[in-house]
This record gives sequence, structure tokens and C-alpha cells, in this order.
Amino acid sequence: MQINTNHQIDPISAAQQKTEKSLSPTQLAMRRFIKNKLAISGVIILGFIVFIAVFADVLATHEPTAYDMYNIESKVSSENWLGTDSSGRDNFSRLVHGSRISLTIGFFAMLFTVVIGVILGSLSGYYGGKIDSLIMRITDLMLILPFLLLVLTIIAILEKISILIFITIIALTTWPNLTRIIRATFLSLREKEFILGAKSVGASDIRIIFKHFLPNAVGPIIVNATLMMATMIIIESALSFIGFGIPQPTPTWGNMITEATNLRMLENNWEAWLPPGLAILFTVLSINFIGDGLRDAFDPKSN
Amino acid sequence: MNPNLEDQTNSPEVLLEINKLKKYFPVKGGVLQRTIGHVKAVDEVTFSVYKGETLGIVGESGSGKSTLGRTILRLLDPTDGQIVFKDSDISTIGNRKMRRFRKEMQMIFQDPFASLNPRMSVGEIIEEPMIIQRNLSKKERKEKVVDLLEKVGMSEDTRQKYPHEFSGGQRQRIGIARALTMNPELIIADEPVSALDVSVQSQVLNLMADLQDEFQLTYLFIAHDLSVVKHFSDRVGVMYLGKMAELGPKSVLYQNPLHPYTRALLSSVPVPDMDRKRDKITLYGELPSPSNPPTGCPFHTRCSEVHKRCKEEVPQFIEQEKGHYVACHLYTREDHF
Repeated sequence: MQINTNHQIDPISAAQQKTEKSLSPTQLAMRRFIKNKLAISGVIILGFIVFIAVFADVLATHEPTAYDMYNIESKVSSENWLGTDSSGRDNFSRLVHGSRISLTIGFFAMLFTVVIGVILGSLSGYYGGKIDSLIMRITDLMLILPFLLLVLTIIAILEKISILIFITIIALTTWPNLTRIIRATFLSLREKEFILGAKSVGASDIRIIFKHFLPNAVGPIIVNATLMMATMIIIESALSFIGFGIPQPTPTWGNMITEATNLRMLENNWEAWLPPGLAILFTVLSINFIGDGLRDAFDPKSN
Repeated sequence: MNPNLEDQTNSPEVLLEINKLKKYFPVKGGVLQRTIGHVKAVDEVTFSVYKGETLGIVGESGSGKSTLGRTILRLLDPTDGQIVFKDSDISTIGNRKMRRFRKEMQMIFQDPFASLNPRMSVGEIIEEPMIIQRNLSKKERKEKVVDLLEKVGMSEDTRQKYPHEFSGGQRQRIGIARALTMNPELIIADEPVSALDVSVQSQVLNLMADLQDEFQLTYLFIAHDLSVVKHFSDRVGVMYLGKMAELGPKSVLYQNPLHPYTRALLSSVPVPDMDRKRDKITLYGELPSPSNPPTGCPFHTRCSEVHKRCKEEVPQFIEQEKGHYVACHLYTREDHF
């Protein structure tokens, strides 16, 4: 090999670099996300639902929990836009207020799960060895327990179910999946030389996890967290539907669909159960579109 | 028998002394994940690095040269042996104490596409060591980043850019700038140019040579390419299967290689001369597995001059002429054959 002795610092560095503003990988991902039409339509629909949830007090025509035994199972009218349910509560007001519960539970249960998943997944993936084995055995144990049976048992034991307790129960039973995903991401990053580089300059474990691992795992975390939020909303609706969710008369979409268990309501009063069903459908669908869009944006190669 | 001690009499200051360093990786197997064996990645390696020199370490893949570099920096914990840096034994000290020494020894990595965190800007990458060592203000750090970028031939606006915007050679310059941040004395360069195009290789090597003059750096230069090492090093060590086979000043080692493995390696270097006849020594067989190394001399399975003793006894690493060490039974005093 000939080594060029009269070397000049190469001009590539100066010439090749354009003066345009450079973007971080996250900014580049957001750019790709904005170009995704399906994902943006998801954002718009979800934005609309969030708007309804925020202004539920203004939009509702009635008190959502107020019942009127003289006006039950009424049809669509100018007074009750979507009729009333079997207890005489205004369906429209309940639908509007139900968005609050669904989104709150979906979001906070997801957040709680992400916190657990990030902590346990990081510890497991970073330290490996015995800590990893212990955490992984616990996740295995959680995964083999039938989810519904576990949740129903816990809810049956607890006498009073508030939203906070409900969120905690859901989060404590759904963390294993996210934990494993974060652990796997950490394991794939662990052998990268930039992690060794950080160690070689004496970076602490905390710094390496927060500055080097987590920013590089942010794609999978965000994508899975988003998709998890949709799952949480479905779980809440399903449990409410079978009567193990947030107790009546709190307005939730799952509670509203319970009306459909009554054959008379199912046949005659579509306005009682169809709107909340559609509300769940659109919320979950829009969140899934966003999740898929984020996945494509963070990992363009996956397509 | 310790080659380090004999050298000190007529040589410059010893910066780093490696004494019978071992790094074994356990091999786990079975249902209970018991340790069923060891991969002897580095096995009783002994040598010294003098202040200001460039010591090249060559060897084929799997010879343990990268593990050696990482163990010296304590990115891996040594199984046994001593690493003495500036008269302090750093082979067993804890992470906290080690931080003080990390300032003085740094690493340049092989793969410029994996060695820079893709989510940090170049400025943040170069600044990070200074943040960890907490010895400079924010303004001083920024100035130093700009200064270092200039030293490695990158423009100031590189600071806000991200690694994905650069080519391999440019990334390697950034990696070099990061290594220089804390004014280290020793830089372990783990195949710093093997992932680069040949034209860029020479630029990066020249940059490293210039920086060596400017900052009085000592390099431990790990490579698998003998021609790169020949141009760049003052002394060269040849590793085979976790052991040092031969070590000597560059001119001596290239003119008069003693170990049959070194001879074979040197004969395989292409020479750009059509007329020159060369006796190419071909090595047959594969590098044996370091988890199950051959008995005796690790090279005996492929050696052309193997004799009975090689299979039974591990050759010692002995000084044959001044500063020229070799681990081969051909040169031990007892009569063989």
C-alpha cells in the first residue's frame, strides 16, 4: 500500500457538506410520518376524538349519569339525540363522556406499562446474567397465565374498582410483551461499538442507558406503546361489556354496549349500542394507523 | 524470563506493561448453563509499550488481538495477569478508580458505522468524554470540540450534523477526534482503517501520524494487514491463537522473521514487482478453535517445521536478539530434531 506523504486534510469534508440544516434521525422519521396519508388520517380522527373528550362538558346535552325512569329506551328525538338507555340516561351525553374514560384508561395504562417495560427491559438487556434470567422468568410466568382469568380474579377480589385501580390492574398484567421488546432492542444494541466507546470514556451505567440505549430504542418503544394504547382501549371495553370493568353508572363505551345484551335493545334500539361500537372501532383503528405509520417512519427498511 | 524487565535498561520510558495477560471467555452449555469450557482469546501475553512509539499487533481473525485491546482498556475484565499503566496496576481496579485512567487511554474503533451513536450530533459525541470527566465549562467544551474537529480536518459546522450524514472516512475522523478529547497518552487503534477504502485509508493513517507528532501519542495499532502495519509501526507483534508468536522492531522482524508463522505471513504480502520471484509459504488448514487449542505450541498443526517437542511443550517467549522475542522451539537452546 502506498501512503501518500504530501497529504492535505481532504477537501471532501468541507465541500461535500451542504449548508442545509441537518436533521436528527427522529426528525427524519417525523418527516416520513407526515408523508404517510393513512397515518395522518389516523391523527385527524384521533384528534377529533380527543377534542370531544376535552370539551365533553360543553358538548353533552345532559348529565351523563342522570337517569329518568319515565323516559327509558326512547328513540332518537330532539331532546335525546341518540335516545336513552334502559335506565333512561341520555346516550349522546354518555357517548361524549365515554371518550374521556376510554382515552384516559388507554393512555395511562399504556404509560404505566411503558414505564414498567422500560425499567425492567433496560435492566434485563443491559446487565444480562442473573438479573436478566430473573426478569425473564417472571415475564414468562406472566405470559403463561391466561390474561382474562387473571384480570377477572383480581377484579373479583377487589371490591371497589376505580379508574386508577383499573389502570393499575391492566398495566400490571400487560407489561411482559413490551419488556421483552425493549430487552431485545437493548441486546441488539449492546454489541455496538458506540456502547463500548461510551464505556471507554468512563460513562456511568445510567448515562449509557439513558444517553445511548434508550434514544436508539425510541422507535420500537413508541410504535409498541401506540399499538398498546389501542389494545388497552379494547380491553377496557371488553371488561366493561362483561361487567367487570368500570362499574355503572360511569359512562364508558363498554358500559354502553352492555345495553346490547338485552335482546329487545339489540333489535329495536340501535342508537343505544351502535354509536359506542363505532366510536371504539374508529378510535382503535386510528391509533393503529398511527402506530403503523410510526413503525414505517422509524424503520423504513421494514416495508 | 520476563521480556519487559530486560528491555528497560536501554529503552525509553515504558508506558504500558502487559504481563502474562489472560482473557478467557466461559463456554456455557447443557440445561443448567454450566461452564463446560473456555475460549482462550488471550493467553499469557506479555509485552511492553514504550512512550511515543507505535506498536503494531497483527494476527488473523480470531487471534485475540481485538480482545487484547479491549482488555487493556478494561472494557473486558482480564481473567489473569497484570496490566500496568504508568506504574499503576489497573488490571483489577474498580470502575470508579478506572475513570481516572480512562482519560489517558482511548480507543479508535474498527467500524466507523457502528462506533458513533446515530442519535447524537457530532458535537455531542465529541463533547461527551468532557462532560463525563467534568473538568471544563460549557464554553470551553464547545471551543475544544471546534478545535478538535479542525485538527482532524472537519469543518466547524460538522458539530450540528449527525453521523448518518458522513462517509466512512469522515466518521473515522470523528471517532479519532472523540478519542483525542481528553488528551490521552495511549491510543489503542483497533483496525482503524480496515473498514475504509484504500484511498481513504492512507488519509486516515497520515492523519493519525500527524496527530502522533502533535500530541506525543503512543499507539497500540491492531491490524490484520501486514503492509499497513509495516508503514505505520515502530515495532510489530504477531499474534496467533491468543498468544504472541513473535515481537520485534519493525526492520528486524520484516528482514529476519524467526517464527515460521511470521515467515508465512510475510510471504503472503503482495509485492508490486513482476520480476521478483517469491517463495510463497502456504499455510494449510484452518485456525484451530481457541476453545480447544492444540497442545504444545498452538501453531504446530500448521507449521512446516514441526517436530516432536512442539506437540508436547508450550514454547516460551524468549528474546533471541536485542528486542526481538519469539515463541518457537526452533530457537530454544536444547537440541532438537
